[in-house]
Amino acid sequence: MSGDVWFWLFGRLDAKALPFVRAWDHPTLSEFIGAMAGGMVVVGAVVLVALLTWQRWWRPLFLDWLTSLDHKKIGIMYVVIAGVMLTRALIEAVLMRTQQSLAVDAPGIVAPEHFAQLFSTHGTIMVFFMAMPFLTGLINFAMPLQIGARDVAFPLLNSISLMLTAAGAGLVMISLAIGDFSTGGWSGYPPYTGKAFQPGVGPDYWIWAITLTSLGTTFSGLNFAATIYKKRCPGMHLMRMPLFCWTALCTSILMVFAMPPLTLATALLALDRYADFHFFTNDLGGNMMNYVNLFWLFGHPEVYILILPAFGVYSEVISAFSSKELYGYTSLVLATMAIGILSFTVWLHHFFTMGQSADVNAAFGIATMTIGVPTGVKVYDWIWTMFRGEVRFTTPMLFSIAFIVTFVLGGFSGILLAVPPIDFVVHNTVFLVAHFHNVIIPGTLYGVIAGYMYWFPKAFGFRLVEGWGKVSFACWVVGFYLAFMPLYVLGLGGMPRRSQALFEPDYRPWLIVAVLGAFILLAGLVTLFVQLAVSVREREKNRVPVGDPWDARSLEWSVSAPPPEYNFATIPHVGRRDVFYWRKAAHGAYKPADHYRDITVPRNSWVGPIVGLGGAACGFGLVWHIWWMTILGFAAVWITVIGRSFVRDTHRVISAAEVEATDRAWLAQVSGAHPIPRQLEESPKNFGLAESFPAPVPA
Amino acid sequence: MSGPQLRHVGLNLHGSDLLEPGEATIGVYGFWIFLMSDAILFALLFAIYGTQLAATVGAPGPQAEFKIGPAFIETLILLTSSLTFGLASIAMKYDRTRTSLVVWLSITLALGFAFLGFELNDFRTMISDDATPDRSGFLSAFFALVPAHGLHVTAGCAWIAVMLAQIAVFGLDDRVKLNLLRLGLFWHFLDIVWIGIFSIVYLQGILG
Repeated sequence: MSGDVWFWLFGRLDAKALPFVRAWDHPTLSEFIGAMAGGMVVVGAVVLVALLTWQRWWRPLFLDWLTSLDHKKIGIMYVVIAGVMLTRALIEAVLMRTQQSLAVDAPGIVAPEHFAQLFSTHGTIMVFFMAMPFLTGLINFAMPLQIGARDVAFPLLNSISLMLTAAGAGLVMISLAIGDFSTGGWSGYPPYTGKAFQPGVGPDYWIWAITLTSLGTTFSGLNFAATIYKKRCPGMHLMRMPLFCWTALCTSILMVFAMPPLTLATALLALDRYADFHFFTNDLGGNMMNYVNLFWLFGHPEVYILILPAFGVYSEVISAFSSKELYGYTSLVLATMAIGILSFTVWLHHFFTMGQSADVNAAFGIATMTIGVPTGVKVYDWIWTMFRGEVRFTTPMLFSIAFIVTFVLGGFSGILLAVPPIDFVVHNTVFLVAHFHNVIIPGTLYGVIAGYMYWFPKAFGFRLVEGWGKVSFACWVVGFYLAFMPLYVLGLGGMPRRSQALFEPDYRPWLIVAVLGAFILLAGLVTLFVQLAVSVREREKNRVPVGDPWDARSLEWSVSAPPPEYNFATIPHVGRRDVFYWRKAAHGAYKPADHYRDITVPRNSWVGPIVGLGGAACGFGLVWHIWWMTILGFAAVWITVIGRSFVRDTHRVISAAEVEATDRAWLAQVSGAHPIPRQLEESPKNFGLAESFPAPVPA
Repeated sequence: MSGPQLRHVGLNLHGSDLLEPGEATIGVYGFWIFLMSDAILFALLFAIYGTQLAATVGAPGPQAEFKIGPAFIETLILLTSSLTFGLASIAMKYDRTRTSLVVWLSITLALGFAFLGFELNDFRTMISDDATPDRSGFLSAFFALVPAHGLHVTAGCAWIAVMLAQIAVFGLDDRVKLNLLRLGLFWHFLDIVWIGIFSIVYLQGILG
């Protein structure tokens, strides 16, 4: 009887769900590590709550941030989520590398089940809760400014997207402290993730975390696409947009088309697990190949969702720090769109070995190699942009250069893997692991870090210190090569991926080099945080309120740093590409408007946080079969959304007088600032006003 | 207001105070993108259904379970509801009184309920025949595809009810009009999906 009440209240939750209890019952090192990780989540949460209370930050947290519909703040919050999740997933990577380096003919420190959870969460987090939020955050922050818009097309939907992503990330974090995570890898292949093989909560955590974030991402894609198509300022033709906007557009289109297959794959897997359906089971007509096709119909475009915005960042960074206009703009646009289309034609190369005929494999292999062509075009365009430019080796620029070299290497190993016979030989080895880290780390992680450093002064009004940035850069690059080049060797030597223990002594030296690299990568992350802390402490020295610290070219640099809530006092009119740069050259920048108008901005809204919380509750209830919580969460989401449709007072007006006062105060700062030449941009003299050069005569 | 004229089928939004210029077009455009995304979801469900068609593994198959009569009636009901929604849109555009709009929306809602009633009755018959999704891959695919459409219709019905409430509260303000236009797109979209279900699931199942 009491069991019934317990189940009604708590579902299948019990004391064994807590890693602390498990560690008490089975005091092994592996369980202790698990308990410690769970403890870190709990302690982290407690410390955060204490800090917020102690500093009286609850009100500003909710009123200024979580309920905000300002695209800039939403972008920053996305990046914060990405930073937290990156920390966890990188620590997991270090733990896995440590385990493998110790576990040659030895048990190591982490048990097999635990190791399987580590690689599953590492992959899931890095793709869905690090890379995706990071790039979504950068697009959110920069894209509306670049196209001369006041906000995205649907500000409230933007907040809902953010909160759904946060809810998914929250579920993954909760799984550390309550229960356990899937052991089925980031791709979650059934039937192994089906009920027959994993009846526990692990795959359910994976399913609902992914479902929440994939819904959020679909809405983000929709929102960005509508923004870019419909909210550009007068004169901002498509072919005048900064390249980052093109890559954002392409990524948005991919999100709209590629997220539904993932949502469907996880939904059908959930039906298998919860309602005894037979989509992917071994028996009664299930067909796991349907899952594999669905997953990679999403999964391959996903690769380009991750990489294209980084390509956009590199285009901006390389052009700005080479003091030159982007070489081959049109070819870059065409290459971007070509990659977007081709990305839907290659999904099968993720499972060459799963039973298609040789002809089918050949077709997909050739399609895969074709993607190398537009990518090659881009690489040459970036190199030509630097050619004869006045290149300044700031940290974002260093990341861009490291990207070009490293990414090309990763591309080469990709071309190897695109040949089906070679893929048959090395598939399921760490050669593959080396390959995709070799493209994703330079292709996405370096890109988002470069973007973070590039736009940071715009977002907060002060520059990041360069010294720590360069230390961090060195760690990320050296660490990468040490951690992943050995994996190519090991992969060719036949070392299977996802191995908890190994039985070939010859692997050991390479594994030791790799773990060394992993620790250096961790140092890269730590120094990144040190850089942030030092920069915040020394912010007075590095202020750039005028807003153009890099003598850059596009519209986001034409406003103050940080920009006003409404971005532009008057909506700009654009007559050409790189409009801000040419305005500076013609001494047409920093002019007051003829007359100022009232500006309408969306009011803050609680809908996003409530939807996120409801979604998280719904997901948590589903994981543990706590049905009242599921129903409550689901109802909270829909009641809030429908209730909101009855609210008419959703905007507030900022008066023309206030806009004018803000604008003139900023313009006064501009005229008081001393313009600095590019060579001095890393010095405290940089106040955000670049020395303008007379327009060069076209060659 | 000298801004660009906002022209949209079924909408009289010009001279509006509530919506910023262009907000109406953006609102509709965004909804089209959402529908594209939703269309992909259904396309994939159809594809899964196609691959699972033969996976009956001894459980009842299409010919035993599908009845042309109810499916045909459901088709007629849903197609008629699209017509009545179209008439509601015309009423919104031309009729100054709200009565005819409310009447046509209510008829659409009633037809939506009727459709759901017939569909649920189909499911009940199948379940009482022991044709349940846990018995075969084919029945799993059927019970994912067709109820997915049914859930969409349920959402559409809830949306119509909400819009009727909003008409009562706000009259025909710009946001009500905009949402009615989006709801119309949604409703007609569900019709198109149903035509696919009727042809591919029911006609193919019974005749094929």
